[in-house]
Amino acid sequence: MDVSILVGGQAGDGIKQSGVITAKIFNELGYYVFVYDDYQSLVKGGHNFSVIRVSDKKVCSHKDRVELLVAFNQDTIEKHSWRTKEIIYDKDKVKVKGTGINASEWANKKGSSLLRNSIFIGAICKYMGVDLKIAEKIIKESFHKFLDENIEALKFGYDSVEKKHDFKKIGKPREVMTGNEAISLGAIAAGMKIYIAYPMTPASSILHYLAENEEKLGVVTIQDGNEIGVAITAVGAAFAGVRTMVGTSGGGFALMTEAVSLCAQSETPVLFVVSQRTGPSTGVPTYTMQADLNFVKNAGHGDVMRVLVAPGDAEESYLLTAKALNLAWKYQIPTFVLVDKEISENTFSAELAKVKKEEAKLWNGKGEYLRYKITADGISPLAFPGDIFTAKGSSYEHYEDGTTAEEAEAVKRMQEKRLKKMKTLMEEMKREETVKVYGKKNSKITLLTWGSSTGVCKEVAEELGLKVIQPLYLEPMPTWELKKHLKGRVIAVEVNATGQLANMLGIEEKVLKYDGRPFTPEELKKRLGKLLTLKNKGDN
Amino acid sequence: MNLETSAKITWCPGCGNFGILAAIKSVIQEMVENGKRPEDIVIASGIGCHAKIVDYVKVNSFYSLHGRVPPTISGIKIANPNLTVIGFAGDGDAYGEGVEHLVFSAKRNIDITMVVHNNSIYGLTTGQFSPTTPLGMKTKSTPYGNPEYPLNPIKLMLGSGATFVARTSSFDIAHIKEMMKRGIEHKGFALIDVIEPCLSFYNSTDYIRGNTYKMEHDPTNLVKAFEKANEWNYTTEGKIPLGIFYKEEKKTFEELLLKGRNPRKG
Repeated sequence: MDVSILVGGQAGDGIKQSGVITAKIFNELGYYVFVYDDYQSLVKGGHNFSVIRVSDKKVCSHKDRVELLVAFNQDTIEKHSWRTKEIIYDKDKVKVKGTGINASEWANKKGSSLLRNSIFIGAICKYMGVDLKIAEKIIKESFHKFLDENIEALKFGYDSVEKKHDFKKIGKPREVMTGNEAISLGAIAAGMKIYIAYPMTPASSILHYLAENEEKLGVVTIQDGNEIGVAITAVGAAFAGVRTMVGTSGGGFALMTEAVSLCAQSETPVLFVVSQRTGPSTGVPTYTMQADLNFVKNAGHGDVMRVLVAPGDAEESYLLTAKALNLAWKYQIPTFVLVDKEISENTFSAELAKVKKEEAKLWNGKGEYLRYKITADGISPLAFPGDIFTAKGSSYEHYEDGTTAEEAEAVKRMQEKRLKKMKTLMEEMKREETVKVYGKKNSKITLLTWGSSTGVCKEVAEELGLKVIQPLYLEPMPTWELKKHLKGRVIAVEVNATGQLANMLGIEEKVLKYDGRPFTPEELKKRLGKLLTLKNKGDN
Repeated sequence: MNLETSAKITWCPGCGNFGILAAIKSVIQEMVENGKRPEDIVIASGIGCHAKIVDYVKVNSFYSLHGRVPPTISGIKIANPNLTVIGFAGDGDAYGEGVEHLVFSAKRNIDITMVVHNNSIYGLTTGQFSPTTPLGMKTKSTPYGNPEYPLNPIKLMLGSGATFVARTSSFDIAHIKEMMKRGIEHKGFALIDVIEPCLSFYNSTDYIRGNTYKMEHDPTNLVKAFEKANEWNYTTEGKIPLGIFYKEEKKTFEELLLKGRNPRKG
């Protein structure tokens, strides 16, 4: 069972929320859901569409083909009628062959054109054979204002179309969330107490979500004056002993790089979430790319030790964000969660792993406290202002007590202390699951991919009988694990123009996409098909 | 309480920074004698000659980045609002590189105290002009005369909503101490501009000495404060007013943001 519904209209029509509500309805029946949101850099007008994909298997990509098109305006028909012949539309705004509903007329009479959303959700339910009661349940959970009107609208839509499919309950509902929500929750689970950000697409919804739920989640959110302030304030808060996270996109992260270096020298733990979008520079703000890998992996002047994780979906975002925050505090380093618009803003089914806050190495209270005490594993025990009076952090090279050092011997000693930390981290990484392997394990052809491209690679690899390798950690690069799998013919699949991961690992064959959109299974299959001279699945 | 560290002081003999150092040590001693927990005190500095101050006082400290003292200490204060945070910065640091942070800190009225070592020059990098260097001055980077008008940080701070703005001189340690005490006690953002000479690159000793006077106006009057601020615009002429320009009581940023929470205490 694999059905997709595209809902399209203008910005301001409520398309995005419709998509999520529709997904939640199918989730109630136990299906896996995935919602792809496409929107432009404007506030009203233009074109917005969501593709809701419903399956009995886990899916993390959207297809070109859909089984139902729901059109709020004519533009949607113009742009998307190539995808399907099955159309439900707003009769007052659209002329096309299909099932028309006088949605605008009805909604405006009841007081708001936004009611069209519930009308069409009702229509989708009837068309797909989903019990109206389930839709009512989700509508009640989703709306606080105009609840009665929305329920009425739902019924009106439901009664306006004929049933075409049958969606039976196949299991229990799962969590449904965006990648940004998953990141937020993963950080909270690992003890994050302060979140600081400057609004930037596609990271802003982390700030919105956490700000909205401060009390429930036990977090303080701050919108600072600019990204330099954001990052440096985070360093100050972490120095005072509070787990702090910041979030931005490539252009905002560009302003934070000074703070990355400061974290390294002062050994202050801060978690940076960077959600990539099409670049360089302003680029295309509401579209995607995986082109900041080089930048985030290397940002910050000097020899900077870091951990960089690259989740591929909401579940991995939750788990890896928690891990990244714990690692930041364990090793007193900057760590990075690198995602992109597709992960941040799309909606996924998620079954969340069990994670918790892992306590940092704390001072035992004996003798004099030295902030940068040299130890066997390179990690100095932590104590904070408020508890002691000799916590001396520094951006300058320093002695163990934190005062400034310039002598050759002293500089070398501290650099080696930090190198020792790195060595300890590498030993830990070797025991960690750093690379995931999917598909046909003994295939002679391997797809190398990362982040949001993983889902579509898995899907296509299954069809074509290929193997897929997804490194979850991109710094330290798990070369010890990758070399086991990067054998034979390796094709890198990435959404950027140069093949950033491929180049890091010396992979020459690449399938790249750089138009601001993710791969769809159809497109990837077609492009791989051209490369692989396969007559049938058994050829590899 | 012994606030001495083992670090050797590397300021030039006669540097105005010695006065500021003496004042802050005396202020901290008094705070501790009056019951303040030394664990609850944090100082921070930026980059420049001023910044070495953190090496010379045995108290919690963070040697931060050029211009970034306000956000550093804001982060510390928000993480644990029980802490008393005092930031030290130079004029290039606070009024140049990091002026936007200063404006935001003042705007929000976060309860921090900023002490600016204002010698109107970039000392540590050997003599370039700063945001408060007088027009026409010959410096390392302006050998034919500074083509820029100086900034008046007092007016900037008043315009940014700062609720405590004061100026003092490095020659009057007792006055620096008094301004520091008042600024630290003040619930809200406090800026203390300390006029000082740089004996190596801009020795304004003769001008400062003998050309200052102590203000005696009602510091709750903002209009009067602006008038006083406008009396001296960081030139080499006229009398320099010292003292508290303005003081206002209003809710602080951490009060409004945290609503009684303390992130450090969970």
